[in-house]
Parts: sequence; structure tokens; C-alpha cells
Amino acid sequence: MIKFQNISKSYGHSIVLDDISFEIKQGEFVVLIGPSGCGKTTTLKTINRLIEPNKGKIFINGKDITKVNPVELRRTIGYVIQQIGLFPNMTVEQNIAVVPKLLKYPKPKWQEIVHNLLELVDMPYEEFAHKYPSELSGGQQQRIGVLRALAASPPIVLMDEPFGALDPITRDSLQEEVKHLQKKLKKTIVFVTHDMEEALRMADTIVFMNRGKIIQMASPEELLQNPADPIIKSFMGRHMENENNAPKLLAEDFMRTKVLKVPKTSHTLECIELMSRRDVNSLIVLNDDDTYAGTVTIEAIKAHGKAGREISELLSEDAVTIHRKEDARQAFDKLLASSSNYVIVLNDNRTVAGLITRTSMAKALGEALWGEMKS
Amino acid sequence: MINLWPLILEHMLIVVVATVISIALGVVLGVIAYWVRHVDTVIMWCAEAIQTIPSLALLAMLMIFFGLGNTTIIAGLVLYALLPIVRNTYTGLAGISHHIKDAARGMGMSKLQRLIKIELPLSFPLIFSGIKIAVVNSLSIAVMGVLIGAGGLGYPIYRGVQTRNLERILNGAIPVVLMALIFDYTMSKIEQRLIKRAR
Ligand SMILES: Nc1ncnc2c1ncn2[C@@H]1O[C@H](COP(=O)(O)OP(=O)(O)OP(=O)(O)O)[C@@H](O)[C@H]1O
Ligand SMILES: [Mg+2]
Repeated sequence: MIKFQNISKSYGHSIVLDDISFEIKQGEFVVLIGPSGCGKTTTLKTINRLIEPNKGKIFINGKDITKVNPVELRRTIGYVIQQIGLFPNMTVEQNIAVVPKLLKYPKPKWQEIVHNLLELVDMPYEEFAHKYPSELSGGQQQRIGVLRALAASPPIVLMDEPFGALDPITRDSLQEEVKHLQKKLKKTIVFVTHDMEEALRMADTIVFMNRGKIIQMASPEELLQNPADPIIKSFMGRHMENENNAPKLLAEDFMRTKVLKVPKTSHTLECIELMSRRDVNSLIVLNDDDTYAGTVTIEAIKAHGKAGREISELLSEDAVTIHRKEDARQAFDKLLASSSNYVIVLNDNRTVAGLITRTSMAKALGEALWGEMKS
Repeated sequence: MINLWPLILEHMLIVVVATVISIALGVVLGVIAYWVRHVDTVIMWCAEAIQTIPSLALLAMLMIFFGLGNTTIIAGLVLYALLPIVRNTYTGLAGISHHIKDAARGMGMSKLQRLIKIELPLSFPLIFSGIKIAVVNSLSIAVMGVLIGAGGLGYPIYRGVQTRNLERILNGAIPVVLMALIFDYTMSKIEQRLIKRAR
């Protein structure tokens, strides 16, 4: 789909890209990684012609991109930049609609796109569409940055360290979201990072670069097992060391913060509808003051619920809970001991902070394993 | 006491017309300086050079082209107002974070689209500051208009000086000062709001 053929780029005497050739397949999630200044951003920007190489050719679907008008080309390639880069003078809606408007989509069409995309990341249109970027949190801004890149359904999306500046929890959930979106929408994604963990988690294929050259291009498993160069090992090593020196891990470090919550007074039908829409089989139920009340499962509703009744009658208080500052280990033990798929993480005031699921636990265990492999 | 209102209105009109022209011209020149490499130094140098010409000399030179009357003072005010507007337009455009410019380019906006949709709106608070400086300066410089046969509040001041009549001088001077203060105050308020909104 994207083919680099002997691409070189230099500024004066300094060679930034040194005869790079590689190919990215349709639907592939490719991660470019390497030390700072190795040429990742430059490589990415040659794809949408923000940078023109001195030598070599790039083909997209067999077509030499220098034969395409750069402005037209860029409208067909999604682009997420490192420093968010939302337009501060435009609302969330206007930001997301930038490319559809450039492509002269009629208003109802781009409005529908904005609605759908915001829904995709659980940011209700009514609440967020008319806010300005400065009124959003870093994580929310970055989500909008990603949505803006997807708005005109480009087959290719370029992402330059999109999550670099985010806290670990937000980064985690955004990584999950992007990976999910990519699979669902079948995009070809070229993603730049200097975080090995992120690369291993997201990539189908990792391209490791150093000093303007590709050192290794391989799947994450292959890269872990047979790193082609000592620098790759050291890159992982540095990452592992950090992991080992990290302070004690807490329950909150592993939770997902995106959880479905409903008030006690909800009715059975709306809960069923919500569960089927989100493809889950239980919901967290809150008291009037937002504190945790219990859970309700689809089985319970089906077995005992009558249409139009409040779910407070069907509440189960069996789910395992844990305080967010407790040791992560506790959470894992509880999760393994219980029959349920999750542990509910609570704040000081008994409001719900998040969930630890078997998936988030498996991820954490995987990391522990890589740490051991190294030592 | 003579009726000052017609003079005040004429004074304002001269300043408003001059400001409108200098905004149009200044923003265009600022954009050219931003767009065209190396031209920026030339444009800035010219705008600054004009400021160093004494106003009387400048007006005298303009009189050769425009003759006596309001046109000449308007031309002079436009030339003086150019510097703050050109400079602030240029600084505003050049100062936008290159991440935002990169994003706009990467989204597939043409040069003109980037200017109109992103760069000018983001520079607007700074451009507005330039306009404020221009307006406040013009209000006082416009008094010189009387020397080249233009109307406005220069007339009572000039007559007052000639007849050594303090009251007459103040009749002209106080409205000028008041107008300058009022414009400065309200435009500063707007400026602050703009800056706060842009954050
Ligand atoms: N416009 C430019 N002029 C001169 N040198 C440049 C220019 N742009 C980039 N470089 C140099 O090219 C090299 C590669 O830059 P690039 O931005 O591609 O690195 P990177 O791998 O993305 O690094 P990082 O992880 O720090 O973002 C760097 O050494 C940089 O200093
Ligand atoms: Mg970079």
C-alpha cells in the first residue's frame, strides 16, 4: 500500500534519512521507533509530503505521490501530530469537521460524522461539540486530534507520538481505543513512538530506526526474541529498568477508567438497551449521591426483571471492590479468587474510580514477564 | 462658546477613514511580509523609516501629491498607522506555534485557507492591539491637519494659539484628549478580552 523506495533526506551536510526502503501493507499497524533524532518524524512527514525527500520515491497504491497535488494528497491521509495541534480558534465540532469541509461535504453529512465520531469515544455531542480545545483535558484533546484525523475516512492515518504527553492511565485507554478503531475501521496506520512498551502493544510490525537507517523491521514477537542489533536490546533494557525501578504498583495503575455506570433509578429496558449497544453483560449501579451501590447483570434482568421497573430491585452487591490506593497484587488476588470478570476500584468517598478486568491484568502480567526475561 | 460637535465629528471621520484604509493596507503588507521570504525586512524597514520623518515634513510632502484638504491628512495618518498594524500582523502570523501550522498543512489546507481559517483568527488579538495604537496616535496627529487645510479639532487649537486665547486652545485640546482616553480605555478592554479568550 505504501512503498518507500530508496528515500534519502539531508539538510546541508547532515543526513537525516539514509536510503530507506520498506513497504507497508494495507490494514497494517506499523510503528516507527528509535532514539530521538533518528528520523521517525521525517519519515512520517514524507508520506504526506510535508517534507520532500532529496532522493527516492514513495508510492501509495502504486502511484508516485509526487504526481499528486500535495494539498489533495493530504486530504486523503489522516494526520495526528505530537503536540495535539488542535486549532484553538475552532470548537471541537469545527476541528473534527475541518477535512470534510475542505472536501466540500454537505453540512448534514459532516454533522453526522461529528456525532458518530464523538459517540465512538464516549464524548457526548451535546456536552463537547461546542467546547473549545482549551476547555478540554489533555486526554480529551488528544482524542479529538485522533477523531479529526479520521473524519473524512482516510484509508491511511499517520500518528506522530500522539500519546507522548499523557498520563499512563489516559494513554492506556487511548491506546486501546485507537487499536480498536483501527481494527474496526480497517485503517492502515503509521505510528511514531519512542516508547517500546507502546510499540509492542500496538504494532503489527515494528520498524526500528537509528541514524536515518532501518535497523530491523519485524513483528513485536520477533523483535523481542531476535533483536537484530545491540541498540534494540538496550532500548528494551532501558524500558525494562524503568519498569523495575517504578514505585509500588497500585490498583489504580491497572484500572480502566471508562466504565458504564447507571443510576439506581434507571429502568430495566434502558439498561438492557445500553448493555446490548455496548456489548457488555453487566453495569455498575450508583446511588443518588454517585456512590457505588452494586451491579446489575443481564441475567438478573432477564430472570426477574419486568419491563418499566427500576433496577434497584435487581441489585447485586456481590461484586468485589477494592480501594484505588491498595496494592495491585491485592486486586489481582481478589480477581483470581472471584468468579467475576472484574474488580471494581473505588475512590475515598466510595464513588467509582474504574475497573480492573482480566484483560488489564493480563497486560500487567505480560510486562512483569518481559522484565524477568531480561534479567 | 463655539459649537464643537461638527468639528469633533469631522475629526473622528478623518481618523476612522484613515484607520480603515491603514488596516486594509497594513494587514495585506503584514501578510506579504509573512509569506514572502526576505520581503519582511524590506517592509518593516520602510514602515519604521516613515515613523522617523517629522509629521510636518511628511504632511508637506504629501501636500505636493494630494493638495490642501482632508485627503492629505488622511494619507499622512495612514502612513503613520501602518507601522503598528504591519508589525503586529507580521509578528502575530509568524508567532503562531509551528505545530498548529503543521497540523493545518497536514489536514490539506491551501496557503490561503490556512491564512483565513487559522492564522489570521489566531493573530487577531495582536492585530487589534496594533489597531488600537494606530487609532490613539491618529487622534492626536490629526490635529496637524489644520496646517494643510484639513478640518477637525486642529482648527480651534490653531486659532487659539494665533490669538493667544487659552480658552480656545482648550476647547480643541480637551475633546482630543478625551477621545484619545476613551478610545484607549475601551479598546484596551476589548484587547484584554481577546487575549484572555485566546489564552
Ligand atoms: N528543518 C530541519 N533542518 C535541519 N535539520 C533538521 C530539520 N528537521 C529535522 N532535522 C534533523 O533531522 C534529524 C531527524 O529529525 P526527526 O524529527 O525526524 O527525528 P525523530 O526521530 O522524529 O526524533 P524525536 O524522537 O526527537 O521526535 C534530527 O537530527 C533533526 O535535528
Ligand atoms: Mg519526532
